[in-house]
Amino acid sequence: MDDKRRIRVLAAKPGLDGHDRGIKVIANALMDAGMEVIYTGLRQSPEQIVEAAIQEDVDVIVLSILSGAHDFLFPRIMELLRGKGVNDVLVIGGGIIPDEDIPSLKEIGIAEIFGPGTYTDDIVRYIKGNLKR
Amino acid sequence: MFDGKKIGDIEERYRKWADKLEPKLARRPERKADFINTSGIPIKRVYTPLDVADFDYMRELGLPGEYPFTRGVQPTMYRGRLWTMRQYAGFATAEDTNRRYRFLLEQGQTGLSVAFDLPTQIGYDSDHPLAQGEVGKVGVAIDSLKDMEILFDQIPLDKVSTSMTINAPAAVLLAMYIAVAKRQDVSSKQLRGTIQNDILKEYSARGTYIFPPQPSMRIITDIFSFCSREVPQWNTISISGYHIREAGSTAVQEVAFTLADGIAYVEAAISAGLDVDEFAPRLSFFFNAHLDFFEEIAKFRAARRLWAKIMQERFKAKDSRSMMMRFHTQTAGCTLTAQQPKNNIVRVAFQALSAVLGGTQSLHTNSMDEAFCLPSEEAVQIALRTQQLIGYESGATDTVDPLGGSYYIEELTREILDRAQNYIDKIDELGGAAAAIEKGFIQREIQDSAYRYQREIEKDERVVVGVNRFQVEEESAKDLLRVDPAVRLSQMQRLKTLRLERDNGRVKAILSELRRAAEGNENLMPVILDAVRAYATLGEICDALRDVFGEYQAVSTIGG
Repeated sequence: MDDKRRIRVLAAKPGLDGHDRGIKVIANALMDAGMEVIYTGLRQSPEQIVEAAIQEDVDVIVLSILSGAHDFLFPRIMELLRGKGVNDVLVIGGGIIPDEDIPSLKEIGIAEIFGPGTYTDDIVRYIKGNLKR
Repeated sequence: MFDGKKIGDIEERYRKWADKLEPKLARRPERKADFINTSGIPIKRVYTPLDVADFDYMRELGLPGEYPFTRGVQPTMYRGRLWTMRQYAGFATAEDTNRRYRFLLEQGQTGLSVAFDLPTQIGYDSDHPLAQGEVGKVGVAIDSLKDMEILFDQIPLDKVSTSMTINAPAAVLLAMYIAVAKRQDVSSKQLRGTIQNDILKEYSARGTYIFPPQPSMRIITDIFSFCSREVPQWNTISISGYHIREAGSTAVQEVAFTLADGIAYVEAAISAGLDVDEFAPRLSFFFNAHLDFFEEIAKFRAARRLWAKIMQERFKAKDSRSMMMRFHTQTAGCTLTAQQPKNNIVRVAFQALSAVLGGTQSLHTNSMDEAFCLPSEEAVQIALRTQQLIGYESGATDTVDPLGGSYYIEELTREILDRAQNYIDKIDELGGAAAAIEKGFIQREIQDSAYRYQREIEKDERVVVGVNRFQVEEESAKDLLRVDPAVRLSQMQRLKTLRLERDNGRVKAILSELRRAAEGNENLMPVILDAVRAYATLGEICDALRDVFGEYQAVSTIGG
């Protein structure tokens, strides 16, 4: 990617849960690390998230969900991204996601899952080291 | 509390003590340069009568059960009756949750607390497209009175009290509860319980709003007014700081933003023509019990004293019950760690004890596994046992407000109260809680505190046992309680059958009647009751109200 361009991140809350403490903390940390962050706000459908990611031309999508609906919503988002031919965006997720669900989420293209207790610095480092474009 | 001569003696002695300590501290400093609690209040090395020398006992503390209720709302507190042990529970279908309730009641729980799934909380039926993936996940799915009948099957509603965490559609769920009770031959006048019904904190911290503030406040005052006549023992609102704290606020902010919301509800009800003493005795509160043990105890006491003063001085309440802050407490979910989850049992125990020493009326203790899943039966039993250990074994319940008079606790109580009052003044300047939320002020304050807290952990200024200190290699948790995605399909099937069997003409007529009522200003509760009895679904009722009221659009508080 162009060195002068700042990393653009879509911070998204799919589904209906209102727990946005984590995503807001991460959004703040990514901004402090020099990234440009677009936060979707609550209750975004997979269609809205994919639409926003394309329109905003982001390098990274950060998904946060704490309701347990990741098993439906994450695959749906990945499916829509593929359908639109978006293959060069780094997608990572976090929230309350049981360890046993992680392998199948990685299989569908979620690059990494960050659980409770994760340091924001680790997420910053991960994003910088794993951009796809 | 002390005479001038004695205070002088103490002051002199204190100075000598401090002087003697100086050289020792130079050689061996304390663990930290500054001791500061989550609210940013500096903590002194030791507290003495000097800190409370100007304290007016009768004005600031009084006796238990008397204004300003600092020491508790009842004269005998837990010597008379322990707090209500009330575990928040709900998942999957009404059948599954009914089984969990009966288990909890058999284990000695004394009240029910219903967790609804997110579609229910946002007024969508289980077959709504946005409900995909969410049905039955964080609570029980309730689509119609049919589900509610199953939820309370064989649970005598004249005997148990039930708390329902429901906000935007609170009127609908309360109507369903009244209708179920009627089928059990229990009159609405006998019903005891609480609906959360606190929309302001949904906008600022929790996120399950539907309608914009103005019509939402109207529904809330309709409920106040209806219940004062028809459901007189019901707590019509639970003004909640819990979620504000979970979203990252400090203890002071929790008190301030919660009481500011409380002020907004009282003002709305008075503007709607209600008399303060008619509805204020049924207002209840809900707080968080977080990590800093003494800060939390002082917070509960400060909140009680501040509310009493607000009700007496600002709203001129006459009935002492209007000034009495009764509250539920839940231990802080956000402090639980996914790492070494058994440590959570101990965290919860300290937090629960702080709530008891702070004089709570009811308590939910979190289960150790809540950082990664819904509580298992074993985990919820330990959580309930924690309350029973405090109640029956610890002796903490044998006298009222055992920490009252502690120099530290009294000074901290006063400090929290003063700082919360400053915030409330600021919110008043912004035009009250609703305006402060519309301007994003409260959300920004909360998210800044959350970020600060996280940075403190990452910079090792704040120790989280098992996370940034004392870590171990561990295996991931197994056998988690999970909700079967088929729950949505069974709810959808039930809805299909319902729509075939009910009198659809009647449902249609009542829903248009509801739209008409919403456009005017009559009380909405009676027509909502008619609608649920005709088996109109939650989604249909909320859609009728959406048609008239519209939906809330959140303000963004991230970035420029």
